[in-house]
Amino acid sequence: MTATVESTVSAPRRGTGRPAAGLAPALAGTVTVGLGGAAGLLGVLGISGHGGGVRLGWLLPLAGVDFAVSATAGLFMLLVGLVAVAAGVYSIGYFRTSGASTITLAVAPVFTAAMLGVLAAGSVVTLLVCWEMMALASLVGVLSDHHRPAALDAGRWYAGMTQLGFVAILVGLVVLSASGGSGDMVLLGRHAGRLTPTARNAVFALTALGFGSKAGLVPLHVWLPRAHPEAPGPVSALMSAAMVAVGIYGLVRVDVQILGPGPRWWAVAVLGFGALSAVYGVLQASVSTDLKRLLAYSTTENMGVVAVGVGAGMLLIDYHRPGAAAVAIAAALVHTVAHAVFKALLFLSAGAAVAATGIRDLDRLGGLAVRMPATTILFAVGALGASGLPLGAGFVSEWLLLQALIHTEPGSGTLLAVVMPVAVGVVALSTGLGVAAMVKAFGVGFLARPRSPEAAEAREASPSMVAGMSFAAAACGVAAVAPVVLSAALDKVLGETPGVGLSAAPSLGVVLRLPGLAGSVSPAVLAAAVVSVTLAVVVLAGRAGARRRPAAVTAPLWTCGAGPLSERMEYTATSFAQPLQQVFDVVLRPEVDVEVSHAGGSEYLVERVRFRSRVDDTVELRLYRPILAAVSRWAGWVRRAHPGSVHLYIGYGAIGVTVVLVVAR
Amino acid sequence: MNPGGILGAAAQTAAVGLGAPGLVGGMRQVRARMEGRAGPGVAQPYRDLRKLLGKQSITPEGTTVVFAAAPAVIAAATLVIAATIPLATTASPLDGAADLLAVVGLLLIGTVSLVLAGLDTGTPFGGMGASRETTIAALVEPTVLLAVFALSIPAGSSNLAVIVADTLRRPSDVLSPAGALAFAAIVVVIIAETGRLPVDNPATHLELTMVHEAMVLEYSGPKLAVIEWGAAMRLTVLLGLLVNLFAPWGVAGRHAGLVGVAAGLAAVAVKVAVAAAALAAGEVYLAKIRLFRVPELLAGSFLLGLLAVTASYFLASPQA
Repeated sequence: MTATVESTVSAPRRGTGRPAAGLAPALAGTVTVGLGGAAGLLGVLGISGHGGGVRLGWLLPLAGVDFAVSATAGLFMLLVGLVAVAAGVYSIGYFRTSGASTITLAVAPVFTAAMLGVLAAGSVVTLLVCWEMMALASLVGVLSDHHRPAALDAGRWYAGMTQLGFVAILVGLVVLSASGGSGDMVLLGRHAGRLTPTARNAVFALTALGFGSKAGLVPLHVWLPRAHPEAPGPVSALMSAAMVAVGIYGLVRVDVQILGPGPRWWAVAVLGFGALSAVYGVLQASVSTDLKRLLAYSTTENMGVVAVGVGAGMLLIDYHRPGAAAVAIAAALVHTVAHAVFKALLFLSAGAAVAATGIRDLDRLGGLAVRMPATTILFAVGALGASGLPLGAGFVSEWLLLQALIHTEPGSGTLLAVVMPVAVGVVALSTGLGVAAMVKAFGVGFLARPRSPEAAEAREASPSMVAGMSFAAAACGVAAVAPVVLSAALDKVLGETPGVGLSAAPSLGVVLRLPGLAGSVSPAVLAAAVVSVTLAVVVLAGRAGARRRPAAVTAPLWTCGAGPLSERMEYTATSFAQPLQQVFDVVLRPEVDVEVSHAGGSEYLVERVRFRSRVDDTVELRLYRPILAAVSRWAGWVRRAHPGSVHLYIGYGAIGVTVVLVVAR
Repeated sequence: MNPGGILGAAAQTAAVGLGAPGLVGGMRQVRARMEGRAGPGVAQPYRDLRKLLGKQSITPEGTTVVFAAAPAVIAAATLVIAATIPLATTASPLDGAADLLAVVGLLLIGTVSLVLAGLDTGTPFGGMGASRETTIAALVEPTVLLAVFALSIPAGSSNLAVIVADTLRRPSDVLSPAGALAFAAIVVVIIAETGRLPVDNPATHLELTMVHEAMVLEYSGPKLAVIEWGAAMRLTVLLGLLVNLFAPWGVAGRHAGLVGVAAGLAAVAVKVAVAAAALAAGEVYLAKIRLFRVPELLAGSFLLGLLAVTASYFLASPQA
C-alpha cells in the first residue's frame, strides 16, 4: 500500500540575501539572552512592587512613551524572559548550521524587545506601538523563507489576522481611554467605572477579540498553524510560547483587571471560546502529521484551557465565590507559565529535528532516538509536560483548574450547574486527546526506525542548541515538582485582580493546598515515589531468578517471517491516528480517497493501491472561505467604479469635496 | 501520619503485589469452570511468573531504553497507586500527596509507557497495538475524570480518604442518581483500562483482535514477567478502588490499630474477590466487539459521566 500524505518539506537552508557572517548569530543570540535576563530582573522587580514608572517624553511625539511594570506584567515578563534565554542560546547554534540572513537574525532580539515593551507599557499608546512592533517583527520571522509558497501563504494569513486584531484592540483601547479620561493603565483601572454599559461591552468585545486572536483562540486561530511552523526554530518558540502568552496577558490585564468585573455574558463568552479552542485544537493536533503544525494546534488547545480558567474565574467572581475564583485564575496563570516552558522546549527540539533532517512530516521521520539522543530526551520532557501527566510540567495547573471546578458548591445557580460540567468535560477530553497527540509526536517522530534516508542520517544538534533546550527542560522540571517559585508572584497578581479572595490563593509548597478548600496533591512526592519504585522494580526483577538465567542476548524482531524489518512495514503517524480520525470524522471531515488498480481485469487481483488522506482545518473551510469569497465579490463590485477614466475620477473628487463641505458646515 | 496508616499502606501494597496474580488465576478458573473446562488452577499465574523470570533476557534489535524501562514504570506506577488509595486503610501517609486526579494520571503514565514501548519496536504489531490502545485511552480518560468529579462534588474534595469517609457517613449518596451513573461509567472504564471483554480479549493471540497483546509481543523472559505482574496489579487496584468507593464498609479509619488494618485488609480482599468473580462470570456471556464499536461504548459511558456530574450539581444538597 502506498500512503501518500500531503505534507510540506522545509529545506534546512533558509533566508534570503546575504548569509550572515560567523559571529553574527552569536551576537544576535547574546542580545536575545541579555534581553531575556533583563526581562527576568524587571519581572522580579515588578512582582515585588518596584516596577515604578519611567517616562520617555522625547521618544514618541505628542504621546511619549511610558513604562510601568505591574505585578501581572512582572509575571509575564518573567515568562518571556525564560523563553528568550532558551531561544537565544539555542539560536546561536541553529542559525550557524542552517544559515540565515542578517534580517532573520535581527528578528529574535527585536521581537523579544517588542514583547517586553507590550508587557511593560504604562500607557495605552505605548502598548499599541509595542504591540504593532511585535506583530511586524514576528511577521518578518514567518517570512524569513519567503521563496516557498507555503511561507508566503502563512505570511499573508498572519498579516491579515494580526492587523485585524490590532485594529480591534486599537479601537477598543482608544474608546476606553477616551471615556476613562486618561491613557495611563493604572488610572484606567480606577476610572473604568465611568464608562456607559454599552461602551464597556463594546470595549470588552473588541479587546477580547484582538487579544484572543493573538492567543490563537478558535475561530481566530487560523493563522497559528500556518505561521508558527514556517518561522525558524527559535522564532517559532518565541511565537508559540511567549507571544500567545502576551495575548493572555492582554485578556487578563484589560478585560479582567481593568474592565472587570463585568456582566455575566463576558465570563460565559471567554469560557465558551476557550472550551471550543481546547477541543478543536486538540482534535486537530491528534490527527496532524506535520510535527510543527501539531505543536501549533496544541498551542491553541492550551490557550483554550487557559481561557477556560480565566472564564471560570470571571464567572465565579460574578457568583461571589472568591475562593474558587482565586484558584481558577491562579490555574490559568500557572498553565500559561507551564505552557511557555514546555512549548518552548517542544518547538526548540522539534526545530532541531527539522534542521537535522529537513523534514517536518512525521510520516517520514522516526529513529531519531539513536541518532539524536539528547534532542530526543529533551523532546520527551516537553511532551510529558504537554500531556498533563503527573511528573510533567502541565500537571499542577490542570490539577488546580479541575479543583476550581470541583469546588463550585452545588446549588449555587442554574448557569453554574450547566456550565461547570461542560467545562469539566472539555478539560477532560482535551487531556485525553492531548496525551494521544503527544504520544504520536514522540513515539512516531523520535522512536522506532527511520522512515526516510534523511532521518537515517540525522546528526545531533550543536552544543549551544542542546544548552538552550536544556535550560528550557530545567524550567519544565521546576514547574513540575517545585511550583512554589510562582507562589509569591501569584499572590501579587491575585491582589491586583478585583473580586478574588486573596486569602484563598493556593499554596504551592511541597504539598499543594487550597486554603479553605479540601484537596491536596504533592507532585514532588509523587515524582520521588514513582522514580524510586521504578528503580527498585528494575533491580528486583533483575535479581529474581538471575542464577538460573542464561546470559542476555540481542535478537531480531518478529516480522511475521517477512524478512528484516523495513520502514514500509512500520506504523506511520497517519496510520497511528487513523482510529481517532475515524471516530471524530464528523468534526474533522478528512478527505480520504483510495484508488485501487486491478491487474489483468480481475476484480480479485490488485496491482496497486493508492491511499491519500488530508485533513483540512474545518473552521477555515466553513467560516473563512465564505467570508473571503464575499469580500472578493464585494471588491469586484467596487472595482466597477474604477474603469480607468480620469474624467470620472475628477467627478468623484468633486462629489467627495462637496460632501465633506456639506457635512463640515 | 500515624503508625496505623503506615502499617496499613504497607500491608495493602504487599497484598496487591503478592495477591494480584492469584486474582487473575482465580478469574481464569471461574471462567474455565463456567465454560465446562477443568482449568489450570488458581496458582497457575505464579508458576508462569516463576518460569518467565528464569528465562533468558532478550533485547529486540534496535530498541531503546523506552522499551527496556516500560515494564518497570507500569509496575511502579501501579504500586504507588496501591500504597495511596484506601484499600485497607484511609490513613495512608501518601493520601495527601495523591488525590483521585493524580491516581488517574498515574494509571495513564503506565498506559503511555507501554504504548511508547510498542512504538519503539517499530514492528507493525507494536504500532497497531499502540494506536488502538491510545485511541481507547484517549476516550477513557475523559470518562474517568467526569466520574471522579461526580464522586468529588458531594464530598467537596477529590481526596480519596475524604470521599470514602463521606460515603461512610452518608451511605445514601451511593444510591443517588449521581452515584449510580458514576458507578456505571467507572465499570465501563475499568473494563476498557484493564483490557477485558468486550473491549479487548486477554486470551487472544490473533493480530486482528489484539490490543494489549500486540504491544507486548516483543517482550519475553523477565521483562514479560514484570508486565504480566503489572497488568494483574492494575486490575486488582482498579477493582479495589471500585469496591471501596462505592461500598467502603470495613476499611480501617484514621485511628485504627493492627486489628483494624487486618480487618480492613480481609474486608477488601473479600470484596475484590467477589467483584472479580462477577466480572469473570459476566465475560463468559460476552464476545469481543469490533474496535470501531468500542468508541460507541466509551461515548455512552462519557455521557453517563457527564449526566452524573450534572446530576450532582443539580440534585446534591448544598453542604458546608
